[in-house]
Formats: sequence, C-alpha cells, structure tokens
Amino acid sequence: MSLLGLARLIGRTGRVAELAPPAPEPLSGMPRVLRGSAQVRHVDAGSCNGCEIELGAAFGPVYDAERYGARLVASPRHADVVLVTGVVTHNMLEPLRRTVEATPRPRVVLAVGDCARNCGRFAGAYGVAGSASDAVDVDLEVPGCPPEPSAIVEALRQVTGK
Amino acid sequence: MNGSVGVNVSAATFATSQVLVLVVLSPLLIGLMRTVRARLEGRVGGGVLQPWRDLRKLLLKEPLQAQGRSWWAMAGPVLLVSSSLALCALTPLLGTVTFPSLPDDLFVVVSILLLGSVALALVGLDAGTAFGGMGSSRHMMISALVEPTVLLSVYALSIPVGSSVLSRIVEARLDDPASVLSPVSLLALLALTIAVVAETGRLPVDNPATHLELTMVHEAMVLESSGRDLAWLEVGSWLRLGVLLGLVSTLLVPWGVATDLTAAGMLVAVLALVAKLAVAATALATVEVALAKVRLFRVPELMAGSFVLAFLAVTASYLVVQG
Repeated sequence: MSLLGLARLIGRTGRVAELAPPAPEPLSGMPRVLRGSAQVRHVDAGSCNGCEIELGAAFGPVYDAERYGARLVASPRHADVVLVTGVVTHNMLEPLRRTVEATPRPRVVLAVGDCARNCGRFAGAYGVAGSASDAVDVDLEVPGCPPEPSAIVEALRQVTGK
Repeated sequence: MNGSVGVNVSAATFATSQVLVLVVLSPLLIGLMRTVRARLEGRVGGGVLQPWRDLRKLLLKEPLQAQGRSWWAMAGPVLLVSSSLALCALTPLLGTVTFPSLPDDLFVVVSILLLGSVALALVGLDAGTAFGGMGSSRHMMISALVEPTVLLSVYALSIPVGSSVLSRIVEARLDDPASVLSPVSLLALLALTIAVVAETGRLPVDNPATHLELTMVHEAMVLESSGRDLAWLEVGSWLRLGVLLGLVSTLLVPWGVATDLTAAGMLVAVLALVAKLAVAATALATVEVALAKVRLFRVPELMAGSFVLAFLAVTASYLVVQG
C-alpha cells in the first residue's frame, strides 16, 4: 500500500476503540504497587487457541486494554501478571511453574477461560495434568469458553484499578 | 579568574537543568510516541504519563536475579543511566556555555554513547541466555556501523565552524541560520537522523514493541532484567533517545538555545526544547507507523547508505567552504 493510501486509510478509519465501560469494583487482594501499571506475560499452557483469539482482541484496537495500564510483555521478568490460558498439559506443567517463579513479586496469576479454571471440556484427557490452580497459586479467574474480550479487559482493570 | 568561575557556574547551571529537564521529559516523550502510534492505529493508548507509572512500579518491585548472574546485572544498568545522564549534561540542548576543562567535544560525546552501549551489551551477555547474547551481538554490530556515521556527519558540520565542539557548532548555526539549509548541513543531518534511529533501536532497525525473540535487538538484551535493574535500563535508553532526538532537532532548528545564562533565556530554551522534542517524537512515531522492521542483514545496507550521505557531506563541506 502506498504511503498516501495508508494515510487516507488512517484518516478514514479514525478511532476504532469503543468507549470505556465504567471501571469495575476494585478488588481488595490486589497489590497496590500494580495500580495504574500492570505488565502481562501470557502463557499458553495447552489451549485450543480460542482464548488466544479473544486475548488478541482484548489488546486490539476495539477493546484496547492498553488504555487501562495493561501491556503485554515478552519476558516474565518484566511482568506483573501471568495470564494462563488452556488446560495445563504434562509438557507445560514445569514451564508454567518456572514462568511464575521467574516473575518478580508482587505478582498476580490470572487464569483465563474454563480450561484454565477447571479443565473445561478437556477434563480427564490423557495429556492433561490439571487446571492452572493445580500447578500454581491463581489469584483471579475469568470464566467462559472462550471468555469475551470485555471480560478479560475487566479482570485486567481489577488489577490496575483504572 | 572571575571570568572562568562565571563560565563554570553558568555551564554547571545549564548542565544541571538539561539533566533535570530530560529526566522529566524522556518518559513523557516515550509516552507521546506510544500515544501517537495508538491514535494512528485507531486505539486510545495508555496516555502520555504511562511510562512514568511503569517506572514508579518497576522501582517499587523486588528485582529478581537469574541464576548465575554476576554483579554486572546491577552495575551495568547504573552505568548505562550514568552515561546517559552525562550525555544530557554535555549536549548543548539548552545552552551553549561549556566547561572550559570539559568541552562537549564530538569525540567525548560519541565515546560516552559507546560506553553506554557496551554496558548494555554486557548486561545482555551476563545472564548467559541464548537470546541475551544474540541481542548483544546484534547491538554491537549496529553500534559498530552507527558510530562512524555519527562521527563523520558531525565532523562534516564541524568543518565550516572549525571546531568539533557541539556547542560551537550550534552557536555558529545561531549566528548564521542560512547555514542550516546548506547542502552540507542537510546531508549530514539526514545521515545523523538515520544513525540516531538505529542507535536508539527504533523502526526500521529494531522494533521496540516486539514479542518475537528472534527479531529482537534491544529487547533481547533486557529480557533477563527485572524490577529496579529494568527501570534503570529503560530510563537509560529513554534518556539516550531524548538526548539524540534533541541533538538532531537542535542542529536542524537551533533557535531558542541560550548562549549565555539569563532567567528569560533559560525559560525560552526550555520551552523551545519541549516543543522541538514533541515535534520530533510525533514525526518519528508517525513515520514508524508506515514502516516495517527490515531484515537484520539489510541493516548494514541502510547504515552504509547513511555513511555515504555523511561522507558526501564531508566532501561537500570542503568544496563549499573553499569556494
């Protein structure tokens, strides 16, 4: 696409982000340090990629989780929130534990989707080691199969308090 | 005797205010660039103040050291910040009064720049991870290609002035504004801009928002740092971006820079610097939206191009000045 075409497209598109819904009730258990800024490290522990699509949408232009102070980062050492999706498979059990261990405190573990909460429809499958809470201490859960982007954004807003 | 004390006092005042202004402005500059990008992408973005919130949080978090890290994991980030602060103090962004014993010579500035680069590269190597080492090697490769261009392009600017001290170059441009639009100056500034973009890890050389370890340069080096150490690394890099953007915009638009110490002059200089940095950051972020990262092995071609521009500027400066 030519530069002019790109400029025209940007001008025509304008603002895509929806108006911010009212801020959710602040959660009492969240660390105060993370008010206004929470970096998120996403761990796919064995997901079907349904939650990933919704997560992508949550950080995309329409839901724009970044305006509430949440940002996806590339390393658990930079993160405050470990966001787990999917059932925990045998192969991802140890990597998930290590990722949480590599996240500096205070940290929040967020289980997104029914699989991460209670194994969902993969409960009892041969490759499954358990839910996220079987592997690590989970602080916050987002139900749904898959959860709506607005639900993920709301959970992140409960952490950042914005 | 009195004169030299006065010069030292005003040089110290300018250096201190440059450090203070840039420490406050650099995170806001990053916030502005992220916001401009977000707006052009149809998002709202975290706001201009978000980097400051991130910094406050990082400073309050407990740093976590990887197994087998050495003391450099803590010393390296501090050295990077110190080198960036020294750059802030030396570069003539607010005033052109320099310490007689420590002028902001081109070679001093480039050496301090390189010192910060080496500190950062050693931090990347320190944890012994594959990605850290890869980032460091790429960073040094880019630095090795960038420094000659920076040296040569500022050298081209220094030939008509007859001094390699940045303050003298800025002063000469204030005296003779027409020299800004001379071919020498335009070629050199174009080369310097490309070099600055590469040195500060912006698109198209490095993508600061990347999540793909295999494409990382700067991000790969800081992957293993956390908490306070990460905060210093971020501040150090942001200050570098602020100083280098400020230097390019001051060379392009020298007006507002004070040549002697007065309260009114200082106020005008600060306001002018804020305006210049805001315009430069907005322009850089806007251009970045239209760019994709180039392949790593094509970065040398880009840098060779900017080196040629700088070389042409040097050649042209001899032709123009002698005539």
